[in-house]
Amino acid sequence: MKIELVYFGRPREHLKLSRETADVPAEASTLAGLLAWLRLRGDTWAQELADSRVRCAINQEFAGLPAAINENDEIAIFSPISGG
Amino acid sequence: MSVLIQEEDFDLASELTTLRSGNSKVGAMVSFVGLVRDFSHNETIESIYLEYYPGMTEKALNKIISEATERWSLINVRVIHRIGQLFANDQIVLVATTALHRGEAFAGCEFIIDYLKTAAPFWKKEQTREGSQWLETRETDVKRMEHWHNDTVRKSA
Repeated sequence: MKIELVYFGRPREHLKLSRETADVPAEASTLAGLLAWLRLRGDTWAQELADSRVRCAINQEFAGLPAAINENDEIAIFSPISGG
Repeated sequence: MSVLIQEEDFDLASELTTLRSGNSKVGAMVSFVGLVRDFSHNETIESIYLEYYPGMTEKALNKIISEATERWSLINVRVIHRIGQLFANDQIVLVATTALHRGEAFAGCEFIIDYLKTAAPFWKKEQTREGSQWLETRETDVKRMEHWHNDTVRKSA
């Protein structure tokens, strides 16, 4: 399943990555599964994408960890927001 | 009703003049301007850096404005949020509302800035002499936002 991944805030800076297209396996079909799959990429990923340290959006709407991911979705992964 | 995200500074007086223009029913205008402080956790801040999520941030801000206009009869709303590198005393954000009466203008303005803090995707990094640090949603901001869910508050103004 192909998805677009975008990163903001702390994970964007520490992973040195803003955007990528990823082909994710079936077990990564929820946000929780996707984060677990991305954490396998290495220590920095495991540390940066710990469930407690990131928030997510699917197609530009905030979404919780159990939310389902579909083909061509734009998934955003970011640190907790701090505007204003 | 309009939302603007930009690197450039804004001029409060001209924004307010535009916001109230062409409507003689406007009886009240309220504005909130957020500024960059030069201290945080007892450290001197040299600058801050703000980024946003093009597309989602505008959508989130427009949704917050819609919720405000459903609760209060606001005539017009203007939100400007700056991004990029900012320094102490710089303006970061403007929320301005117009209404027939002050109660609605005040409440709408406060609601929008309280929601913006916890529901609009912006990320802020502070640069101090010791290094830099990404800020996270503050518990006090969450509490301020949650207070708008309270039933008595919901019906006020």
